[in-house]
Amino acid sequence: MTNWEIIWEARGLFLQGFLNTLVIFALSTAAAFLIGCGVLYLLEGSRPRLRVPLRIYIDVMRMLPFLILAYLLYYGLPTFGIRLDAWWAGVGALAAYHGAYFAEILRGSRVSLPPGQVEAAYAHGFTTSRMFLRLILPQLVMQSRPLLGNQLVIALKDTAFLVIITVNELTWAANSVSATYFIPTEAFVVVIGCYWLVSIVMEVAIKQAGRFGTKRGFDNV
Amino acid sequence: MSEQVAVSIRRLSKSFDGTEVLRDVDLEVNSGEVVTILGSSGSGKSTLLRCINWLEVPDRGSIHIGGIRIGIDEASGRSMSMRELAKVRARTGMVFQSLNLWPHLSVLHNVTESPIHVLGKSRREAEELAMELLEKVGMAHKKDSYPYTLSGGQKQRVAIARALAMQPQVMLFDEPTSALDPELVGEVLTVIKDLSAEGYTMVIVTHEMDFARAVSDQVVFLDKGIIIERAVPETFFTRPATERVQRFLERQN
Repeated sequence: MTNWEIIWEARGLFLQGFLNTLVIFALSTAAAFLIGCGVLYLLEGSRPRLRVPLRIYIDVMRMLPFLILAYLLYYGLPTFGIRLDAWWAGVGALAAYHGAYFAEILRGSRVSLPPGQVEAAYAHGFTTSRMFLRLILPQLVMQSRPLLGNQLVIALKDTAFLVIITVNELTWAANSVSATYFIPTEAFVVVIGCYWLVSIVMEVAIKQAGRFGTKRGFDNV
Repeated sequence: MSEQVAVSIRRLSKSFDGTEVLRDVDLEVNSGEVVTILGSSGSGKSTLLRCINWLEVPDRGSIHIGGIRIGIDEASGRSMSMRELAKVRARTGMVFQSLNLWPHLSVLHNVTESPIHVLGKSRREAEELAMELLEKVGMAHKKDSYPYTLSGGQKQRVAIARALAMQPQVMLFDEPTSALDPELVGEVLTVIKDLSAEGYTMVIVTHEMDFARAVSDQVVFLDKGIIIERAVPETFFTRPATERVQRFLERQN
């Protein structure tokens, strides 16, 4: 049996790992995006007491290597009596980590939004929450879409770290095949192909979004 | 208070960092009336206008829009919540010097956005009204364009339609032509003149003297935060009562 035949035999393992990676990625980045928007909204409103804790959250996440955060959630939290299973610890770590980055990206483009648009919204009877959802957020997302896309790619690659806390995702599948049959090259080539595929799909999706944005003049602002 | 009074301002004062910008300003705007606020830069005229819809919060005094107090809940005397404030603000329409269209929305959707999401109108109703208003300002042919494709004058005309779509009791214009190229000023002023002929209630801050003279029912002159002269335009521009206004008008020519 050649090495590639062994890989083919183990396709179920790879497929399961790949699906798991996709689910973890989709779930955690969706949660991260919501966290990012939520943090931005809280920074938007007149809630000075929340400002400091939110800044601390963002800064801590930016200072921490992702791997350490995953370790902390999985191995550290049980010390405080909170025991998450590896899968949820992984999703939680990804969401919390990239949520801070999403917040920071959106905040960056929020700062450059002309203040007059907000005044116009208030003058037309908008409340802060409705203005944020209808008028601010759509613009920020369209404006910062290349950065958001980039962050998605980074988040995808960070899912591979979860192998360390025993989540059986794609990298874990390759690891176990490679360890069992000692064919690391072939196993990891498959994995690279899978990550690449997802990245390409995302890149195309972001390009499409870009076309939509260009039509609306977001590259002329 | 009579139904005829659209805006009533009583003893309004406002300071920024200890500098008094408005002092005890009284002003009444009747329904259907056009009031122009003149004055040199820094005289407080924009601040006065922005107090009317509470974009600036005054230190003292009261403002009523169509008989309803803005900013302060009259019964309890406390500041209004965002939701309550938004409700009263919706009774005014404002046009800004810096245009401030929402760039991610088409011309039509800029105009329908507030009627649908603030006033709760149906999309169909809002679009019918929007098309009528865009027709009025001569921008109906651009309804599907996005703001970045428009000239400054076109943007400002859309902004006027957007404010009108709230069917406000008073329209507030904050130097609506100051940011425009000189050759685009005329088209915007023409639209505003048409509105005055249709009986819209308007408060206008402007530097365009000929326009002010043509369009106003009442001219108010602010100097250092105090209204030092108020008159019908004919009197104001030909026989100003104070030396300060005389000097101001001389410098304009």
